[in-house]
Amino acid sequence: MPVIKSMEELEKIRKQAKDMINLRVDNETKTRIVVGMGTCGIAAGARPVMLAILDELKKRNITNVIVTETGCIGLCQYEPLVDVIQPDHPKVTYVNMNPEKAREIVVKHIINNQVVDEYVVPNI
Amino acid sequence: MEIYRAHVLVCKGTGCVASGSEPIMEAFQKELEKKGLSKEVKVVQTGCLGLCELGPNVLIYPEGSYYCTVKTEDVPEIVEEHLLKGRIVERLLYKERDTKERFRSLMDIDFYKRQKRIALRHCGLINPEIIEEYIANDGYRALGKALTEMTPQGVIDEIKKSGLRGRGGGGFPTGVKWQFAADAQGDIKYVVCNADEGDPGAFMDRSILEGDPHTVLEAMAIAGYAIGASEGYIYVRAEYPIAVKRLEIAIEQARNHGLLGKNILGTEFSFDIFIRLGSGAFVCGEETALLASVEGRRGEPRPRPPFPANKGLWDKPTIINNVETYANIPEIILQGADWFSNIGSEKSKGTKVFAVGGKINHTGLVEIPMGTTLKEVIYDIGGGIPNNKKFKAVQTGGPSGGCLPASLLDMPIEYDTLIQAGSMMGSGGMIVVDEDTCMVDIAKFFLTFTQEESCGKCPPCRIGTKRMLEILERITNGEGREGDIELLENLAKSIKASALCGLGQTAPNPVLSTLRYFRDEYEAHIKDKKCPAGGCQALIHYEVVADKCKGCGMCVKVCPTQAISGERRKPHEIDLDKCIKCNSCYDRCPFGAIVKL
Repeated sequence: MPVIKSMEELEKIRKQAKDMINLRVDNETKTRIVVGMGTCGIAAGARPVMLAILDELKKRNITNVIVTETGCIGLCQYEPLVDVIQPDHPKVTYVNMNPEKAREIVVKHIINNQVVDEYVVPNI
Repeated sequence: MEIYRAHVLVCKGTGCVASGSEPIMEAFQKELEKKGLSKEVKVVQTGCLGLCELGPNVLIYPEGSYYCTVKTEDVPEIVEEHLLKGRIVERLLYKERDTKERFRSLMDIDFYKRQKRIALRHCGLINPEIIEEYIANDGYRALGKALTEMTPQGVIDEIKKSGLRGRGGGGFPTGVKWQFAADAQGDIKYVVCNADEGDPGAFMDRSILEGDPHTVLEAMAIAGYAIGASEGYIYVRAEYPIAVKRLEIAIEQARNHGLLGKNILGTEFSFDIFIRLGSGAFVCGEETALLASVEGRRGEPRPRPPFPANKGLWDKPTIINNVETYANIPEIILQGADWFSNIGSEKSKGTKVFAVGGKINHTGLVEIPMGTTLKEVIYDIGGGIPNNKKFKAVQTGGPSGGCLPASLLDMPIEYDTLIQAGSMMGSGGMIVVDEDTCMVDIAKFFLTFTQEESCGKCPPCRIGTKRMLEILERITNGEGREGDIELLENLAKSIKASALCGLGQTAPNPVLSTLRYFRDEYEAHIKDKKCPAGGCQALIHYEVVADKCKGCGMCVKVCPTQAISGERRKPHEIDLDKCIKCNSCYDRCPFGAIVKL
């Protein structure tokens, strides 16, 4: 970090630094991406899916989204499962994820706010 | 910039370091490395979270899960379950003492819910060794606002309007102090930070320095701008190695980024800060003694006036404020005087940090709005008295303060109410004692401390406190005489009136306040040669109640001097000549058959 010579520069650094720590505040109002990480999820490849999501978010510099994991929710044959939970929206569950589909969801659902219907959980 | 999906915050305040947080942090790093998670999960060291009793404390975000008393063996489980699989490790979560309810988020628990954290706002939430984390939380914005939008007088007016009073002891209005120094004639002026925290049990200043050092630097720079100073000194105890180290790092970072030094934020204002280490003399917390020590002279007070605001460091106009006072300044500048003066009570504004200790369930650091009652702090936040014992008194203000009895529990905590009740705010130590504590003994404890720490410059303090202590010693040894109480009162009054500095003037307070509220205990010691609380060894002996004794032999086993004898299943006896009054049998007896008389 260079010498800060004005209020504007301080403000710029503050905004950048905020991304670094905003995980620690006000998490109720943020979008959450939840990856199923039970034994079934991990076996079906949930780790690469999660890493792909993290990578995609990083590439696009999106810091106001929480990525977290959860245990098995019972739909083992559809793993890896990914939930996208936005405040004031119903939870969307995506099934049979792989890294490519996961990246698509980040772009379409998180950034453009469009649910990717072809990947959501089927009526069973 | 790296993006992490989770942050593991490990408390590295002195309390948690002492209970072993350093190996825990290493274990997290190692375990995350092993599981290949180190690119996704960040391990962060922070300052004190407040609940030191339950250390080492670990906080995991985004969930805000609060794990306490974590051991290195627990780390693999937390990493595997919580950080890899997303399952919170319930058994390590904080649990409420009464309901045994466990909480998934820190701010839901009683201990934090009732607090209002201003001075401690960043403690436990940011890494004190990384300036960016401070800047991210509005750090140095107050300094910028003061330098670019406010005049020096404007800053002083804002502080005056806020009603902020000194948090280190006396409670003098901070803005007025600044005004004196600003009005004083002189080309060179100084800003000094009093970080010589000496009250037994008080550790809020240390925690602020350890957890949020930049806030003190920023506030000192603001003060420098307000009074026209370009140099500041922090006088900190050498016994606070972690605080000193973090201060050094913070000063270095601030200099590197142009937040200290020449032409701060591109303005005309220049300011730099230097550290001076104190060697632990209690009297050096007194401002004139502190200044003498900073100058390299012997730490002894001098008569005031002249006050430091006119003639301070190297005889130049100087302001001295305590760490906690400074920690409030940036928030007042940013949020405004009105915001601050809306918090607290009519005459005491804002919040105060208390170090709560003694016979209480949650020992630790709490910050509460002024006007909160003692009861709320002790019962609602502190969790009450352990082992179903009865509350007896609370000692506030350290060795200069006094003891307040149960009848004053509903008293709001304010500067003036505490003084009226014979105690004081002091730096915010709060020691709770239960029914087993002898109040004469407590008074003796605090007087022993001040007597030892008296610098010896003025006779009332040097000789007077010594004589008082001798009287207390003979009372607790069962040799008290008629007239001792009156003699104590007389001495106390004279010392208060004639001692040179705050240390001497307040030294009799613990004796006076215990005499005021617990006079009957003194009388019992002197007249009946009895200690009602069973605290004074010389005045008690142990006996076996024959009816209750089942002859189990437990006491025989724990007695270190073989003073107890008796046949099995028959009542035992204590040989008082052999008994050393260690209390072991009393603690051990499962039937309550041993009594202190």
